[in-house]
Amino acid sequence: MTQTHDNSTDNLEQKLAEFEQKIADEQKIEPSDWMPEAYRKNLIRQMSQHAHSEVIGMQPEGNWITRSPSLRRKAILLAKVQDEGGHGLYLYSATETLGITRSEMIEALQTRQAKYASIFNYPTLSWADIGAVGWLVDGAAIVNQISLQRTSYGPYSRAMIRICKEESFHQRQGYELMYEMAKGSAEQKQMAQDALNRFWWPSLMMFGPHDTDSAHSAQSMKWKIKRETNDDLRQKFIDQTVPQIEVLGLEMPDPELKWNEERGHYDSGEIDWEEFKQVINGNGPCNHQRLKHHIKAHEDGEWVREAVRAYRAKQKPQADNQVA
Amino acid sequence: MNEQQTNLYRFLIALADDSIVLSHRLSEWCSNAPYLEEDLALSNVALDYLGRARMFYQYAAEVEGKGRTEDDLAYHRNEREYTNLLIHELPINDFAFTMLRQFYLDVFYVKYLQKLSLSQDKMIAAIAQKAIKESRYHLKRSEPWIIQLAQGTEESLNRILVAKEELNDFIGELFDMSEWEKSLAENGISVDRESIKAEWQAYVQGFFAQSDIELDSVELRVHGGREGIHTEHLGHMLSEMQYLQRAYPGNEW
Ligand SMILES: [Fe+2]
Ligand SMILES: [Fe+2]
Repeated sequence: MTQTHDNSTDNLEQKLAEFEQKIADEQKIEPSDWMPEAYRKNLIRQMSQHAHSEVIGMQPEGNWITRSPSLRRKAILLAKVQDEGGHGLYLYSATETLGITRSEMIEALQTRQAKYASIFNYPTLSWADIGAVGWLVDGAAIVNQISLQRTSYGPYSRAMIRICKEESFHQRQGYELMYEMAKGSAEQKQMAQDALNRFWWPSLMMFGPHDTDSAHSAQSMKWKIKRETNDDLRQKFIDQTVPQIEVLGLEMPDPELKWNEERGHYDSGEIDWEEFKQVINGNGPCNHQRLKHHIKAHEDGEWVREAVRAYRAKQKPQADNQVA
Repeated sequence: MNEQQTNLYRFLIALADDSIVLSHRLSEWCSNAPYLEEDLALSNVALDYLGRARMFYQYAAEVEGKGRTEDDLAYHRNEREYTNLLIHELPINDFAFTMLRQFYLDVFYVKYLQKLSLSQDKMIAAIAQKAIKESRYHLKRSEPWIIQLAQGTEESLNRILVAKEELNDFIGELFDMSEWEKSLAENGISVDRESIKAEWQAYVQGFFAQSDIELDSVELRVHGGREGIHTEHLGHMLSEMQYLQRAYPGNEW
């Protein structure tokens, strides 16, 4: 407290230099380490958004639990949705290491200050959508998360390593469901094609805007919060997924998907960025429904949480007495 | 099937129906619970009951010997053919109702499965041995919830009392023996449900006493599940559960 202004500025500069050196040396930043406020804020934004995505994603998939067409599939889906909730919990805890509470994060979600993956603002309309979500949405998430395993913040990196294993499992199960439907009856094949067509573009949008239009990209890359650009990750996803569509024997959801020998990548059509903007800004097909659902569950549960608090408060004096 | 096989088949179907119907109800909590932790925990219990249902259906299909599958049995029988005890099918209502039903059933299954694990039928005994571990764990979770809600706020206590009132009519059926179940019990294959009643009552009463709640006398009141006479709720559940199988018969999923 006796430091002069000059001293603390020197101090700050030195800390920042040490921090940036650590990042340059590929060392992980840990919760107890000093970090610039903007780094902390950027991480809270990204990690809480990730946690919210896991939790909100439980809704479109949960939409089919009670209608799963076989007991085996029901068990797989229920376990998957449960995994996603677990990812949410794990990520909330990891984010709490940055000095924010879960209830603050939930409030930010419910008041639209925090976002979640906009893919979950699309509805799951047929059983094949459950396959498409596992295959494409978890698939896109994995591409992103594998990259994030090298993120500079230790707790986030470790969370990604742990979560990725389960996401790969989900993706395989989703693809297997799609495969069964694509090779099934004419009606099932049609459901599979329709699901692919509807989820293809929103899956590509999951990687965010073009690098040139991305608000947070440059700073996040510099601090190694992000390790690869949106467009690079999107290309990776397209390249790995097109051959999988061929195996399914379904039509390409984008007529412009073509192998480019020169680039060594698939070319693809342009994303409808207007739709992307609309959904991000709250005007997608299910934005209202998803938040309303989350808020309703939260409000319906308030009496339970209140009871728990009251019960704990009553126990406390007793515990104190026992000590005395 | 001879008479003993028919009885065995009916018994397995009944236990499978109990499990699948409760699993369905519990899974309805997913993304609707008061805590994210409870979304996960209730899904977990739902998964355990789903696993039980599948083991009983698979065995039932084998006993029947007509080449039907677990899915044929779950998805292609109507509400008059389902023989679950009614308590399992009641809607989830609020969290107090769901947890009180679960507590009642957890206490019941811990005692019932204990005896069923001694069944002369090796397969049934094996399923019960697996299931009882789950039920013991479920009980460890439902008990603290009943205590917290009963001793939390006036509202939470009141909700427990309302749930108790509604469930009261459906407890008796848990201890009711059908003719075919009696005959299986005599052969050491099933369990005499009536023999568990006093134990169940004593346990629940003792547990309730901590929170100054009284258990009403347990008598057979609303019943009929084993004969396929259900509440109005089951038909809606099955129309949801069976929708795809019914709309697209003959497809593999
Ligand atoms: Fe996840
Ligand atoms: Fe996943």
